[in-house]
Amino acid sequence: MSASVERPRRHLLGVGDLTREDAERVLDTARGLERTLDREVKKLPTLRGRLVVNLFYESSTRTLASFELAAKRLSADTMTLRSSGSSVDKGESLRDTALTLAAYDPDVIVVRHPHIGAPHLVAGATDAHVVNAGDGKHQHPTQALLDLFTIREALGRLEGVAVAIVGDVLHSRVARSLVEALLLVGAEPLLVGPPTLIPRGIEATGCDVSHSVDALAHADVVYVLRMQAERMESAYVPSLREYTALYGVTPERVRPGQVVMHPGPMNRGVEIDPRVADSGASLVTAQVRSGLVVRMAVLYDLLTAPGLRVVAPVLEVA
Amino acid sequence: MLAWQNGRLDSLALRARLVDPVEGIDAPATVTVEDGVVTAIDGAPTAPASLVLAPAFVDPHVHLRTPGREDEETIASGTAAAAAGGYCAIVAMPNTEPVVDTASVLAALVERAREEALVPTGFTAAISKGQRGEELTEMAELAAAGAVAFTDDGSPVASAGLMRRALAYSAVADRPLALHCEEPTLSRGGQMHEGVVSAELGLAGWPSVAESLMVERDLALAGYEDRPVHLQHLSARESVDAVRRARRAGVRVTAEASPHHLCATDELVRSLDANAKMNPPLRTEEDRAALVEGLLDGTIDCIATDHAPHARHEKDAPFEEAPFGVTGLETAFAALNTYLVRTGEVPLATILERLSAGPARALGLPVPRIAVGEPANLVLLDLEADWIVTEGSFRSRSANSWLLERSLTGAVVKTVAAGRVVHAA
Repeated sequence: MSASVERPRRHLLGVGDLTREDAERVLDTARGLERTLDREVKKLPTLRGRLVVNLFYESSTRTLASFELAAKRLSADTMTLRSSGSSVDKGESLRDTALTLAAYDPDVIVVRHPHIGAPHLVAGATDAHVVNAGDGKHQHPTQALLDLFTIREALGRLEGVAVAIVGDVLHSRVARSLVEALLLVGAEPLLVGPPTLIPRGIEATGCDVSHSVDALAHADVVYVLRMQAERMESAYVPSLREYTALYGVTPERVRPGQVVMHPGPMNRGVEIDPRVADSGASLVTAQVRSGLVVRMAVLYDLLTAPGLRVVAPVLEVA
Repeated sequence: MLAWQNGRLDSLALRARLVDPVEGIDAPATVTVEDGVVTAIDGAPTAPASLVLAPAFVDPHVHLRTPGREDEETIASGTAAAAAGGYCAIVAMPNTEPVVDTASVLAALVERAREEALVPTGFTAAISKGQRGEELTEMAELAAAGAVAFTDDGSPVASAGLMRRALAYSAVADRPLALHCEEPTLSRGGQMHEGVVSAELGLAGWPSVAESLMVERDLALAGYEDRPVHLQHLSARESVDAVRRARRAGVRVTAEASPHHLCATDELVRSLDANAKMNPPLRTEEDRAALVEGLLDGTIDCIATDHAPHARHEKDAPFEEAPFGVTGLETAFAALNTYLVRTGEVPLATILERLSAGPARALGLPVPRIAVGEPANLVLLDLEADWIVTEGSFRSRSANSWLLERSLTGAVVKTVAAGRVVHAA
C-alpha cells in the first residue's frame, strides 16, 4: 500500500464542482479575510512562493483586477497573459498555450475564454488548479460566489431568499452560475425577461420564469443583467428603448426593502436607472469588494489541504 | 458506379448462424465461396453460438476527405476502416476541397479508387456548383462519369427555388438527390440541440424545427416534382413523423439515421467533449426513441454512419471552436449491437437489413445477398466479443469517435467484399 493517498487536483470550473458545504466554507473564509482589509498593512504571507497565472482570452477589467489583487494580497507571484500581444494571437492552440504555461509550474491558472469548456481543457492539459473566470455563456463561478457573499452579508441569510434575475439570461454566464449557486444554498431564483432572451427549457433547472416585470415585486433581491446593444442586431428585442420601457429597473419598480445588484459594467439608463444604481438599495460597490475577498478565499481554499482548513486561518499566520 | 482495387478473388468456407433478412434465412449453415462467388449454402446441424454470418454492410454516407484533407482520411484508409467495420460498399460525400462538382474531379476520384479502395466505393457529386446553393452542377455529365447520387451534404440547399429545379433536373441524370435538411436561419450559430441541456450549458441551440421544417419543405417539393429523395442523417422526432406521412401520401422518400443519433442523446454534451459535437446534433431521448421506432417500422430504411474524420488538433479544442462530426465506420455495428440489440430495443435482423439492403436500395446499388451464384459480400460477426474503443483501435486516419474509452459488445470478425477477404480480425 502506498503511504500517501493521491488526492485529485481540485478545480473551480463551475458551480457544479461545489457542494453546499464547499460554498459555505468559502464564504466563511471570505468573511474572515474581509476583516484583514481594514488593516493598515493588507498583505498576508499565506501564499508566498506560489504562482497564480491569469490567462485571459477576453477583455475584462474587474474580474482580472480582482484576481490579480487577490493573489497579491495573499503574497503569491502573479503573471497575466492576455490574448493581445501573446502567442494566442499567433494562432497557437489553447492546449499548446496551456502546455507552455505548465512549464513554469504554476499552482493556479485562472482562465477566461469566449468559448465554453476552455478552462476544462486547460485543467486536462496541466497540473495546476484551474479557476474558471468565465467561459463563453457557460459559467462564472467566482461571480456567483461573490454574489452569494454579498447577499448573505446584506440580508444575513441565503436560505429562502427570493432573487429575481432580470434581463438577457440567454447570453449570460453570470445568470447561469448564479441560478445554480442559489439553488445550491436553498435560495429561490426567478428569471425575468422577454421570451427571446430566456433560454428554452431553463425551468428544468428548478427556477421560475416570468416575462413580466411585475414579478420583481415578490423578490428580496433584484439582480440586473447587462443588456448588450449587439442583441438588437439579431432581433432578440426590437429596440433598447422598448427593452428599457418593459424591463428597465427604475425607482418605481423597486419596492422599499429590496436590494439591487448588477455584475457590471452597467449601462445606466438601459437596464438600470441611474437613480437606482446610486441609491441606498444598490449593492454594486459591495459586490466589487466581495469579489476581492471571495477570490482570495477561492485561491486559499484550492491551495490548502482539506483537514487543515479552519475559518479564516490566515489570520493566525499573519 | 462503384470502383475498387483489382485484386485476387478468394475461396473460403464459413460456418455460422446465417442471418439474411433479404432471403429470409436465420439458421446454422456453411457458406462456401469459390473464386469470390457463393457456390454452396449447406444447412449445418450446429454453429458456434455467438457467430453470425450476414450480408455485408453498405454505408450511404461517408466522408473520405479526399481530395484536400488527406491528413484526416484517404480512400485507402477510409476503405480499410470500412472493411474493418463489415462494409462491402460505401458512398463518399462531395464536400471536399475542391468540391466534387465537375466530371473531371469525379473521374479522378474513381481512378484513385480503382488503385487504392479496399472495398467498392461510390462517389456522389454536388447538387450546386461549389455547394454554394446558386447554380446546378452538370448532373447528366456527372452521372455519366459515375455519380451515385447528388448532394450538397454539409450544407442545405437554402433556396426552395433551386431545390425545385434540382429535383426536376435530376430526372435527366436519373439519380436520386440526397438531402441534408437544415433551415440555416434557424440553426445559425447552433452548437447543440436546443433544449434543457443547452439552456443549462449556455451553448447556442440548433433546434429540431430547423431540421423538420426543411424536411417538410423538401418532401413537399419532391412530391410536387414526383422525384425520389433520400433524406440524410435524420435526428428529430418531427422529421420521422414527416417522412412517415409523406410516404403514406405517395412521396418517393428514403431516409437514414446514424448510429450516434440512434444510441445517444444530448446528455452526452454535458462532458463538453468535442466528440459529442455533430451536425445535426444529438437530441433528446424522445427524439432517439422516435428514430428507433422509425427504424423498426421501416420509416428509416438505412443506418448511415456519416463517418466524419477530423484531425486531432482540430477536435482537441473548446466545444464551440471544434468542427462538427464523428467517425463511425469501425464502431457502427458494435454500437448498435450494444445499445439497441442487446437491450432488446431492436431485433438483430432489423439492424442487419438497415445496414445492408436498405441503403443499397435507397441509392440504387446492388443489394448484398447470400445466394448461390451471387458475388460474396459477407460479414462474420461475433455478437459476444467485448472490446474497449481506444485511439489505437482505428484503421481510419482519425480517431474522433464519440465512443472513445467505452466498452462495446460485438465485433466484426471477417469481411468479404466483392469476393475478396478485406478484413480478418
